[in-house]
Order: sequence, then structure tokens, then C-alpha cells
Amino acid sequence: MLFIILRRLLQAILVLLLVALVAFTIFRYIGDPVESLLGQEATVADQRALIERLGLDDPIPVQYLRFVGNALQGDFGISYRTAEPVSGLIAERLPATLELALVSALFAMTLGTLLGIYTAIYRDGFVAHAIMSSSLIGVSLPTFLIGVLLIWVFAVELGWLPSFGRGETVQIGFWSTGFLTASGLKSLILPAITLGLYQMTLIMRLVRSEMLEVLRQDFIRFARARGLPERVVYFGHALKNTMVPVITIAGLQLGAIIAFALITETVFQWPGVGLMFVNAVFFVDIPVMSAYLLLVGTVFVVINLVVDLLYFAIDPRLRDGQLNRRAT
Amino acid sequence: MKFLTTRLIFSVAAVMLVSSIASAQTLRWARSGDSLTLDPHAQNEGPTHTLAHQIYEPLLHRDMAGQITPALATSWKALDNNPNVWRFQLRQGVKFHDGAAFTADDVVYSFNRARKPTSAMKELLTSVKEIRKVSDHVVDFETNGPNPLLINNLTNLFVMDSGWAENNGASEPQDVAKGETTFASQNTNGTGAFMLVSRTPDQKTVLRANPDYWGKGEFPLEISEIVYTPIQSAATRVAALLSGEVDFIQDVPVQDLKRVAGQSGLKVVTAAQNRVIFFGMNVGDDDIESDNVSGKNPFADVRVRKAMNMAINRDAIRKVVMRDQASPTNVIMPPFVNGWNEQLDKVPATDIATAKKIMQEAGYGDGFSVTLNCPNDRYINDEAICQAVVGMFGQIGIKVNLDAKPKAQHFPLIKNKTTDFYMLGWGVPTFDSHYIFNFLVHTTTEDRGSWNGTRYSNPALDKKIVALESETDLDKRNGIIADIWRQVQADQIYLPIHNQVLNWGMKQNIQFDVQPEDQPHFKYLKFN
Repeated sequence: MLFIILRRLLQAILVLLLVALVAFTIFRYIGDPVESLLGQEATVADQRALIERLGLDDPIPVQYLRFVGNALQGDFGISYRTAEPVSGLIAERLPATLELALVSALFAMTLGTLLGIYTAIYRDGFVAHAIMSSSLIGVSLPTFLIGVLLIWVFAVELGWLPSFGRGETVQIGFWSTGFLTASGLKSLILPAITLGLYQMTLIMRLVRSEMLEVLRQDFIRFARARGLPERVVYFGHALKNTMVPVITIAGLQLGAIIAFALITETVFQWPGVGLMFVNAVFFVDIPVMSAYLLLVGTVFVVINLVVDLLYFAIDPRLRDGQLNRRAT
Repeated sequence: MKFLTTRLIFSVAAVMLVSSIASAQTLRWARSGDSLTLDPHAQNEGPTHTLAHQIYEPLLHRDMAGQITPALATSWKALDNNPNVWRFQLRQGVKFHDGAAFTADDVVYSFNRARKPTSAMKELLTSVKEIRKVSDHVVDFETNGPNPLLINNLTNLFVMDSGWAENNGASEPQDVAKGETTFASQNTNGTGAFMLVSRTPDQKTVLRANPDYWGKGEFPLEISEIVYTPIQSAATRVAALLSGEVDFIQDVPVQDLKRVAGQSGLKVVTAAQNRVIFFGMNVGDDDIESDNVSGKNPFADVRVRKAMNMAINRDAIRKVVMRDQASPTNVIMPPFVNGWNEQLDKVPATDIATAKKIMQEAGYGDGFSVTLNCPNDRYINDEAICQAVVGMFGQIGIKVNLDAKPKAQHFPLIKNKTTDFYMLGWGVPTFDSHYIFNFLVHTTTEDRGSWNGTRYSNPALDKKIVALESETDLDKRNGIIADIWRQVQADQIYLPIHNQVLNWGMKQNIQFDVQPEDQPHFKYLKFN
């Protein structure tokens, strides 16, 4: 077990180093930060002086090593745009993204499971068919369009919900939360639906097909033969067996939700790390972009690691296989 | 952060309390970007100046019509016996937000601060030799040689309280490139009509009316509180206005103008912007790489440039690409600028037949191909304008390959002189032609011509441009300006397209003119 964790950690570090390297290679093509740092009136001499001070005239490998060296000490540099330490910027904005991701994931998980069960049980009903067909919209419409449509209907036409921002937030220690105010909760609804809609349809379809698979199996038939009520058959026996693969997929999707929050955050002006990244791209704010990519990389690596470890914990066969292979 | 939020809650509660008593007006304002810092000398950038103008004040500023108006100085003139010295009479009885009195010491201190190496405003003060206190409310600016333009350069140079800055370790402007935050980049103490209540960068900034403002009675000052939220996505910004969540937005997208104007309770106010859009060409090199003509540079031939200028149908661009939101021009100078006249501005008729004939005479009857570099996220419909001219140049045989990129990649091409044909937009903060000549016409040297991507170099013209800086006889000076424009127009080193139009969207009950620099000064805003 320890060996596996160590090996995974080594792999994780390698992945992150690669992410940083790829990021640095891409940044060469994103543009020149000097232009946005200096005003219109800057002279050629000013420009040269700034390039020298930022170390942008060094070769890319040197810049890369400097970045990795600093990052290892927890120093992600200073934002070119706001001149604040990047680690502070991320810490300040991460709660917004995490709260949004959490609510989206809960929304996707709950509604997806419920609708999945419903469409599996009443697979030939009219409502189930309607749900299944409309779920295609959730899969095929791009996120920003869903966001704009929701804003149009619920903010502009109906005027029920805010179209942008996070509402009032309350500061608890380092964490700023929107869960404790009415405007904060209201502001969460539209972005959370926008971000979670794709995952919701995915989970719904997954639950439905898994459920149909399970319902065909012998133990369900036996349960029914025993005269158990339908409710127990569906929720007690069928659903339990459906959820193992669903939870795995949902866990992996959580990483995707955090990473892809940037589109939703841009549409709703949600003050999270995704919006910060988009701002950074426009401004060629290299330190912020690198740190964000590393953060997303870390999230994925950690989630993968946890899922892998959970497999070993849940499935004894894998554990034995690993041990046997090592023994022989 | 924690402190700010708590303060925010209290102040919001306080303001709500006040508003129920005194029918105070809150203005909720959104634009696409946020101010980059609160330090008034650390960034020379539009949105940063906009916020600073509410809190801090310069000696003189441009009002909503773009006219220079007294602010902290009440009058100014160059001394009769010494044209190198400008004398400013300062306003009396002005107080900073913390109660400190405003004196000549603050002016001397602030301008010396703005001249320090880490200041982003120092380029505007390069001609200044010394700033001297004459008495408590009189200050002299001595320049290296006469500088008739000094006044125009001071409209965004803000005055801080010397004691406050000194006590809080903010004597140096925030060094943005080094990446530091200072007390002054997060706190303010100005003399302006509004005081900072709270600020979370990129999220929300709250300002409150300054109860002791000197301009009471002189300006409307009808706003009691400003809530400023940057909203980056254009669709969301418009939606926030339509849904009534904000009262006033800048940067209304062209395609949404009708939607906003058509909604009851909202209106769009429009005015010409201080920004002209044009194309530049490499006219200086003997051969260029991005064309298919070997050993020659077609742009070096003035006849080719004249033919290209004739081939552009500016009216079609205005109608089709800009939806009427542009005013075509034939000079790279917005109409407010000293040196502008209708004759320079007058758009030539599109004449493909003559243009073709000129191309023939120049030896390019069969045309040539060349690459056009264009930004796609900087000016209104920038890429669409480029696409339109590609077709127009095609009519006279010039096959243009369009290469559109984000601004962060486009501008370095011009600065590093790695493009032969490019789009650029230019605003003139000094409202004087010299600014255009200095950056776009003068030969590129260490301290001039940094945006001249054309490689155009005319030593005689350079001399005249430098002479403008110290010519105090205004008639003579305007004569030189006209001279330089004559040469620039004759050489056709640029192909002007149009001046952009600014659109502000707001509630019907707001009375507010569009400021040509896109700088709303909220002390002028009135409610019906």
C-alpha cells in the first residue's frame, strides 16, 4: 500500500513538472507582457529596461527552472497585472470557485441520480422519453450559451435572479462564503446550474443505463419473486449496485467542474480562480497563468490518486493481484 | 480582506440607513475592466485613471466635454519674464478626506513622486526641471526650455497628501513591474468628490460622497454612493443593465445598442471617441519579407500608398462593419485635437479605376500579395474591419493575407518592427498634434517614435516635431503643426479609416454626457 502511494506521488510530481513545462512553452506564443505593463507613452529604452528587470530576456529553460525553483518554495511569483503575490490571489479567489463547484456537483449528482432512476424505472413512459430527449440539449449546448440563456430568462425577462457576481459574502477566517446570505445563495443558482448541467445529464444517462443493466440481473428477479415491495427492490437493491461506477465517474468529474468553471465564471463575472485565469490570459500575466495551470493539474492528480486508492480499498481483487505480482 | 468585508457590511448598512432618511442616490456602475491599482502614479491606464479621478484630483482636468477646467488649481499662466516657468494659483480651503489641509507642499510632493523612476506617469513630466513652492497656495513649474504643452500633460496627474503618504511609507510609487503592493495601492486619501469605502479588486469597489467637498454648489454632486463592478463579458454587462442590476455601463457592444435603446427606462448616449483607427505600412525598408515582390518594397512607392488609400471604401465600413458607429476620416487625428480641420478630415471618394491606373504607373499593374497584421480583441470590430479592407485592396490587385491575433501578440509586432502592414488605433490624451507626431511620425529613437512601425524617417520633419515642444508663439506653433500634417498627408505613410464612437448605456433618469476620453467624472452626473 505504502509503495503504491509513493509511486503515485512520484508520478504526480512528474505530471506537474510536465504541466509547468508545457505551460511555459505555450506562454511564448501568448504574447508579450511588457506591452501591457508599460503604458502607451513608454519609450524604447523603458521597454528594454523592463524586459531586463523581469528576466524575460533569459532563455526559456532558465525561466522555467527559476519558476520551478521558486514554486518548490511555495513562491509563485507576483502577478504582472495587480502586482500582488499570486499565492495570495489564488487563496483569496479559491473559495468562490470551490463553493460554486461544490453546489454544481451536488446539483448534478442529486438531480442526475433521481432523473436517472426515474427514466430507468419508467423507461417507456412519455415523461421519461421527454427527459431523455431534452437531456441531449444539456450535452450538446456549449456552457457559455446555457449561461447566457439562463441570464436572459431569469435575470432579464423574469428578474428573479441576479445576472452577475457573488452577492454579499461573509468572511470566516480566510474563507469568504456566499452560503450565509440570501443574495449569496441567490447568486449561486444560475452559475451552479450552468456549470453542472452537462455533468447532470452525464450522470443521469449513466445511472439510467447502469440501472437498466442491474434490473436485468438474477438477484433482482429473485427479490421480486420473494415478494419484496418495488420500493425496496429499486432503492435497496438495484440502486446500491448501480452507484459504484457512478461515484467513480462523479469523482473524476469534480476535477472537470473545477477546471471548466472558468467559462461559467467569465459569463457570470464570478470572482473565482477561473475568471482570474481569463483576465491573466488577456494581460499575458504569466505568473498567474502558470500557477493556475499547476493548481488545476494538482486537483486532477489528487483526485485521480484518491480514486485509485479507493479502488484498492473497495475491490479486494485488485489488492490481491498487486500483492501476488510483487510476490512472484 | 476580512477588514474590508466587515467595513463593507457596516457601510452598506449605514448607507441604507442614510438613504431612507435623505433620499440619497446610489449609482451602480459597470464597465469591462477594473482599475489596476489605487496608487495614482503607478499605472498610466484608462480605467485606473477613471477610478482615481473620483477620489483624487489633478491641478486641472478635462470636463465631460473634454475642455480643460480648473480643479485644484484655480488659474495658471506662463510668467511674462520667463517662459520656462508656469505659475499655478492653488485653490484655498480644500481638505483631504482625512481632514488635512491642501497646500503647495502637497503639490510639490506629489509631482516629485510622479517623477520618480517607479512612476508610470514620469514620461508626461520629462520636460519639468523643478517644481517650487512660492507660497502656501502658489506653485511654480520650471521646465527645460519653454513648454507650451505642459498644461495638457497634467490632466491625469493627481495630488496626494504629503503627510499621509510619508507617514504610511508610500513616498515611492508602487513598483508594478517588481510586483509590490504598498499602503497607497490599497488605501486612498484624496481631495475628490468621492471617498473610498471598500474595495475588492476585480469584484467590487464602493465610494461615498465626500461631505466636505470644495465643489459644492459648483457641480451637481447628486450621487451619494457609487458601487463599481467590473463585468467582463459584454453579454452579461448588457444583461445586468437590462435587468436593472446596474444603472450605468460603459463599453456597450455595437450589436446591443438597439436592444438597450429600445428598452423602456434605458437609453444610450453616444459621442465621438478620442481614438482613430488606421493602417500603417513599412515604407522605409528596401525590401520586405511578407510580400511576393523580390528585391523591392511596393509600400516604399508613394503611388502605391495613394492607390490603396483611394481603394478603401470608408463609408461601406461605417455602414456594414460598424453599424453606423464610426465617423470616417482621412487623417490619423481625432477631431478634438489641436491641428485638426475639416479639410484634413474630409474622406476622399473611393475610386477603383483611378487607383488601378496609379498601380499600373507604379509598375504593379498585376498587383502583389502581402500580409496584414490585425488585432482581434482591442478595437471595436477590429478584425471585421481588416476583413473588409482585404476585399477592397483585392479590387486593385493587392492580395492581402489577413493575420489576426490577440492584442498581446499584435502590439509587439509593431513595437519590434516585425510587421510590414498593420492596424493600429491611437488616442491623444494631450489633445495636441505633437503627441501624434512624437509617437507615430518621428524616426524611432531611444525616446521618440516608439509606435512608429512604418520605418518612416524624415530628419527635417523630426526637427520640426522637436521644435514644437518649445515653441511658445501659438500662431507660429500651429503653423508648424499644419506644415507637418501637410507632409504626413502627402507622404501617405498611414491609411486612416475612422474615429471610433463611444456609447454609454444608462437609466432614463440619468443625465450624463459621454466624455471623449471615456472618463466618466461622476460629480457631473445628474438625476432627473
